[in-house]
This record gives sequence, structure tokens and C-alpha cells, in this order.
Amino acid sequence: MSVNYSEKIPNNVNLSEDKTLQRALEHWQPEFYEWWSAMGPEGSHNFDVYLRTAVSVDRDGWAQFGYVKMPDYRWGIFLNPADAGRKIHFGEHKGQPAWQEVPGEHRANLRRIIVAQGDTEPASVEQQRHLGLTAPSLYDLRNLFQVNVEEGRHLWAAVYLLQRYFGRDGREEAEALLQRRSGDADNPRILGAFNERTPDWLSFFMFTYFTDRDGKFQLCALAESGFDPLARTTQFMLTEEAHHMFVGESGVSRVIQRTSQLMKEHGVEDPARVRALGAIDLPTIQRYLNFHYSVTIDLFGSDQSSNAASFYSSGLKGRYEETKLGDDHVLKNDTYKVLELAGDRLLEKEVPALLSLNERLRDDYIKDSIGGVERWNKVIEKAGVAFRLRVPHKAFNRKIGTFAGVRVSPDGRVLPEAQWQANVREWLPSEQDRAFVASLMGRVAEPGKFAGWIAPPATGINRQPVDFQYVRFN
Amino acid sequence: MAAAASAGYAVQHLIDPEICIRCNTCEATCPVKAITHDSRNYVVDFNTCNFCNACIAPCPTGAIDNWRQVAKTTPFSLDEQFSWDSLPPQSDLEVGSDAEVPAEVRQLTEIATAGQGGAVAPPWSAAHPYVNLYSVDRPAIATVTGNFRLTGDGASADVRHIVLDFGSSAFPVLEGQSVGVLPPGLDPNGKPHHVRLYSVASPRDGERPRYNNIALTIKRVTQDHQGSPASGAGSNYMCDLKIGDAVQVVGPYGTSYLMPNHPGSSIMMICTGTGSAPMRAMTERRRRRAALKEGGELMLFFGARRKEELPYFGPLMKLPREFIDINLAFSRETDQPKTYVQDLIRARGKDVARLLRDESCYIYLCGLKGMETGVLEAFRDVCRDHGLDWDRLKPELHAKSRLHIETY
Repeated sequence: MSVNYSEKIPNNVNLSEDKTLQRALEHWQPEFYEWWSAMGPEGSHNFDVYLRTAVSVDRDGWAQFGYVKMPDYRWGIFLNPADAGRKIHFGEHKGQPAWQEVPGEHRANLRRIIVAQGDTEPASVEQQRHLGLTAPSLYDLRNLFQVNVEEGRHLWAAVYLLQRYFGRDGREEAEALLQRRSGDADNPRILGAFNERTPDWLSFFMFTYFTDRDGKFQLCALAESGFDPLARTTQFMLTEEAHHMFVGESGVSRVIQRTSQLMKEHGVEDPARVRALGAIDLPTIQRYLNFHYSVTIDLFGSDQSSNAASFYSSGLKGRYEETKLGDDHVLKNDTYKVLELAGDRLLEKEVPALLSLNERLRDDYIKDSIGGVERWNKVIEKAGVAFRLRVPHKAFNRKIGTFAGVRVSPDGRVLPEAQWQANVREWLPSEQDRAFVASLMGRVAEPGKFAGWIAPPATGINRQPVDFQYVRFN
Repeated sequence: MAAAASAGYAVQHLIDPEICIRCNTCEATCPVKAITHDSRNYVVDFNTCNFCNACIAPCPTGAIDNWRQVAKTTPFSLDEQFSWDSLPPQSDLEVGSDAEVPAEVRQLTEIATAGQGGAVAPPWSAAHPYVNLYSVDRPAIATVTGNFRLTGDGASADVRHIVLDFGSSAFPVLEGQSVGVLPPGLDPNGKPHHVRLYSVASPRDGERPRYNNIALTIKRVTQDHQGSPASGAGSNYMCDLKIGDAVQVVGPYGTSYLMPNHPGSSIMMICTGTGSAPMRAMTERRRRRAALKEGGELMLFFGARRKEELPYFGPLMKLPREFIDINLAFSRETDQPKTYVQDLIRARGKDVARLLRDESCYIYLCGLKGMETGVLEAFRDVCRDHGLDWDRLKPELHAKSRLHIETY
């Protein structure tokens, strides 16, 4: 397949001059299209979707809006502009010029980091591929597709790094990214949360709020990397990631708004009566929140990790907002507080800061997540309903790290198994909850119309009206 | 921004804390570090923001796109903004949002801009427009101060130049924007008349410089699109207005079909009939600033049936050649072959191609739907003859907000 590099693959990596990379891409690109056609959004290939495409990284180029058929989306390769004098600003190489090529001794670790991040991108497309059939509006359908094509572009970003900087192993890893499948028993995606199903739109919104935010924090940490091409790639990905979190935050917010409004209008509080009105009751929303939050914070890994320490010390992956932090950026003599199980209590303990970098990133993430939950609470409060959403304790429902398998209630009490079992129905979504939410799902395809369980958004996309024809089915 | 600022007042850029998701994209994007945050809010420093608008497109929520008129000496401080849960209420003279545009106006706009593939962003150097200052429920009242026939006595079409004065009501417009007129009384079905949209034919500082007035170019409608006799309630009402009559006006509308303002920017204008209104406004804006010698070319393709039917023929002919390159096409002139604007575009292919290539040339089409296909086909031919690929160029023009189409 011949490729017109400047048109078909918008890029700022001088692709038309790089023959080696061209050859690698010529091989990979048809496989990507095959993957998209098999695992991309179901039944959508002929739709005209009002999408944002990045054609360059400058102000005018990075957000171009127009109708596009998704298979024709121009997946591009973009790095933020280079800063010639950029230095590594943490770890043992602090003060040295940032690397423009992969240092031999860090090759395996860097590849591993890029593959782990890259694997989440196609995984989420796979997880979300059936959602289009039950979109609550054209506006939401368009947002789903925007998220999907940009996850596709993030896959391209990872593949570019692998193919450009890692030779043969990189090319093999690039192909493996298209071969693993979310939820597949034999060849699953690398990380747990990316093998969970995204069966309904509440899950989708929770996923984009919580799990894409994990993406934000991982990308922010990689944007500090001493390997300059990785830093610049992830910096640009962050601008797109923002839209995904917007879809999540505003999506959940609109569900809450609709529920609160119906509760007030009909003067009902009992969850069963709220459900009878065709809305998702707030306790169910809380249970979804508990699930997605706890599954997502597992993604940050073990609370004490020598891998994380070595990634940091060798300058591969920094902390969140590393450059803004005021310490020595080496952390050899610093400590950090982590939680530990002591009998039936959770106690804080000081451990070497270098070993607890995962925990630190998790804590930064938690702080950021809570902000949005508080904004959701404002919506409930504004409607005059007495209910508050909370993120559960960070030891709740964990599968990775010190708390894996420990039974902890959402308010942070260590529980015996029996007590957990007696209450888990109140804390995590049950099969009945999921069945109820699923029963509300159904495609709403008329411009400006919204399913009964969700409020319309405050504004449209790119200053278009809310009732704009965001998707044409053809 | 300049258009919105007046003596003692300034426009302040603000972020809506209710919609913002604190993603940090704006802060990361801002080239002058005007945006900062605390644990609650993202805020814009009034003294640092230079309105470059680099933050607008990357914002995923639209929270970034908020503006308030403030006294220059007392803008909202950073501390005030940090404390907000929501934006302060809009004062009377504020930028409205698209959500408030009446449905029928939106619908008309969508039809008119369909040819360019939906709404596009304005040129990067366009001034920030005010929209929606006056609604159907609360229209502005203007007084008619002029109503002249533009077409010659022998012409079949009655095209008029109507001047409306807003007295002490603020009604700021930019070239390329439209206003709505509400004809009085009821339609044959006993309902209030719907809004009639007209493109403003005068520049931003008034039909008469520094007067609070605007001009409209209106053709009396005597037949429908199929050619059957029909009396347009809106156009006949407007064309029959007498000096001193009061008119209900809503709007202004339009955030995209706006002219570039940066020095060296060129404008190619293609129009027929009353589609000349926005072209007159832009040309007049440039004429009034000609002394500043900001550079850039104006190229006009203007079509009508006959010379007598070409609005503004007289004044147009008085403009110096070095100021504007005028190309007139007449399709029913006796003793002359039928000529359409697309024929002239082909004939001037070399210069047209040069301007198509020129990144700082912006192209505007306005007139009957029928002209659109012909003009775009002519562009395709010109491209082919001059080593350009129209299929590649058109999306690029669209992407760079260089092609603006409004047809009806």
C-alpha cells in the first residue's frame, strides 16, 4: 500500500524524509486499518462524524473540525516543538542534556514503559466498541467517536516511538499492540482495568473521568522524561486527553443533573421510585464511582516499587509536575508517607521517597479526582437534593499493592470477610444495578434529543448548537 | 477585542468555573503565562492576557471562551476569580452565546454556510464579534434615516440602501455580520412574522463614520425561487420604509464570516446582487483605513444581470484601481455575450491562483446558491491550470478559515 506521507499522515516528524520509518509504517498501517475495521466502533464505518483532527501542533492546526468518516480519519504523528537546550531535570542524570536517542542501558525499560502506555490506547477502543449502538444522543455519540479516534492516534504516537527508536523489537512490539485484545483470555491487554467491560454509558463516563485521568497522570509523568521524543509526544497527547476527561466529567455531571432534577420535580428520594422515573438513582451512581475509582487507582501499581524508583533515578519517568516541585529532584534522602495494614487498622508509615513514587502519583491523582467529584456535588446541591458523592478510601476494593485482598469499607475500616460480604451490595454495583442501567440504554439519533436519564449539555462542540447534526448515519 | 472596548471600559477574558474541568490545557498553551490556577479555579490575569486566543481552540469544554466588559481601572482580580463558584452575571452589553441565537436564525445560517461544509472559525485576526445583544422578546428600536434606490430606473430589480440609526442603544456590528428585522403585524396564518436576516453593508464604525448607524442592502422580492409572483413580506416592508419610521432589530449574528484585520491580509470577494452587502462593508472598512498603508489586496468579482442592476455601481467605479481590483460580470447586457463571475475568475486565473496560494488571502462568497457550484468549479479549473490541487487546497482553506461562503 503506498502512502502519501504529508497528506495521509499529518506529522511534524519529517516523515516524508525518513525512509526507514516509512517502511515500518507501510507494514504497520494496513494492519492498523484492519484492526480498526474489526475492533473499532461497531457499525460506524460509513458515518459522517463531526470530528476534531490535529493537522499540526500550532494554534491553528491542532483542532480542525469537520465531518469525517472514521476510517478516513487522518491519524497523525505529533510531537510538541523541541526545546534545543532541554535538560534532564531529575534523577541521577539531572543537569545533563535530554536524550534524543535511546541510551542503551535504558532501552528495555523505556520500551516497557512505552508499550504499557501504548497498550491502553487500543484497549479502550475495544472496550467501547459497542457503545455507539446505545448512545443517548448524537452529541454523545460524536464525543465517543472523538475519544475513540484520539485513542487511535495515541496508539500511533506509541508506535512511532517504538518504530523510530527501538528497531526490530520496536516493530514487533508495535504489531503486538494490534494483536492483544481487551478481555481476551489467551492474549489480554496488559493492565487489568483495560480488560474490564465498558457495558453501558454510565460506565463509559466513569471510565473517561477516572481511568482516562490515570492516563493524564501517567502522561504527565512521562512528559518529564529525559528521553526527549517521549516527553514531547506525551505533552501533545495531553491536550487531547483533556477532551476525554471532559466527556467523563460532564457526562456524569449530566446524569446527576437529570436525576436530581427528576427527584426534585416529583418529590421522591427512594432509589426504587427514582428508577421508576427512568433515572439512575444516586446510590447506584455512587456504587459505579466506587468501582471505577478503585479499579483505576490499582493502575498506579504497587505502593512500594523498586521499578518505579529505577525509572525515576535513571531519568525515564518523573513525578507529576516534576519541574514545579521545589526539592532536590534526586530524592535519595527523602521519605514519603504510605499506608500500611497493622492488625485491623491502617496506619501511616514513612518509607524512602524513591520507593514510593507510584503511591505519590496515586495520591496526586486522588487529589485531582476529588475536585471533579466536588463539582458533581455542587450540581446535586444546586438542585436542592440532600446527597453527597464521595470517593471511597484508597484501600477500598484494591487488587494490587499492600491492600490487595484486604477487606476495607469505603470509609476506611478494615472488615472481616463476613461483614464485607454483608455490605458489598451497598458499595459496588451488583448485577441488578448493571441490568437496570443497561435497561435504560437505547440509541437516541434525532438531533437535539437526549435519552431520559441524562440532561443535555450546557453548550455544543466547537460553538455548534446542541441540536447540531453531530453524526450523519448515511 | 478593540471593537468591544470603549473609553474607560475594556473586555476581560475569564474562565467559567462551573464548566471548566481543570485539565490545565489552557495554562500549558498560553504563550504569555496569563493563566494560572489554585486548588479551586483556573483564572486569567487581566494585565497579562493579550487576547491572542491561543487557548480558545484547545479548551475541551468551552469554559475558556468567556468575556466580560469591565471598567479598565477595576477588572476582576485573580483573588476574586479564585473565589468564584460561577461567573458574575453578564452586564447589558455583553457577548452572547450561540445557545441564545433564535432557532430560525441558526437554521438560516446553517443553510447559508452549507457550501463550505458547515461553520468555520473566523480568520485569526478577526475582531471578536458581539452577538445576540437583542432578542425577539427584547428587540432594539432603530430609526430609518435613509432609504435610496440603488438600481437604475430601467432595472427590473428594486434594490435599496437602507440606513438605520440606533440612537442611544448600543448595536455594535462587524463587517460580515447580519442583523434580524421583525416586520410588524401578523403573517397570513395569524402568527408574528419570523425574523428576516440581512447582511450589514456598512463597516464597524457606522455607515457614517462615528455615527451609531448601519446600512442594509435589500432587494424587493416580487417572485419566489421558482419565478412565480410572490410578495416578500420582509423585503417589501423594508423597501417601503419612510425616513423616521421605527424598526425592530434583533441580533447581531455571525461569528465566522468576518474579515481579517492583520496588516498585509488580502481579501477576495465574489458576489452577486445583494450578496454585495458584506463586500461593501469590508471594502469600506479598508477604504477608511487606506491612509494607514497596511498593505494587502482587494479583488472583487461582482455579477448582475445588467449594469443598472448592479448595486453600488457608481461609487464602486470611483474607487482607485490600485485600491481594489474590480471584475464585473453581466449576464443580460445587450450586445454582449453572457458573462458570469466564474468566467471572470477563469479569465483572471493567474492572479486568482496567486491569491489562493497566499496564506494571508481570505475568500468570501455571497449571493444566490446557484453561483456556488460554478465558482468552486472555476477555482478547480484555475488550480489545475496553475499547478495547484483544488481537492487538497479546499480543505486547507477551510481549515485555515480562508474560505467563507454564505449563499441563499
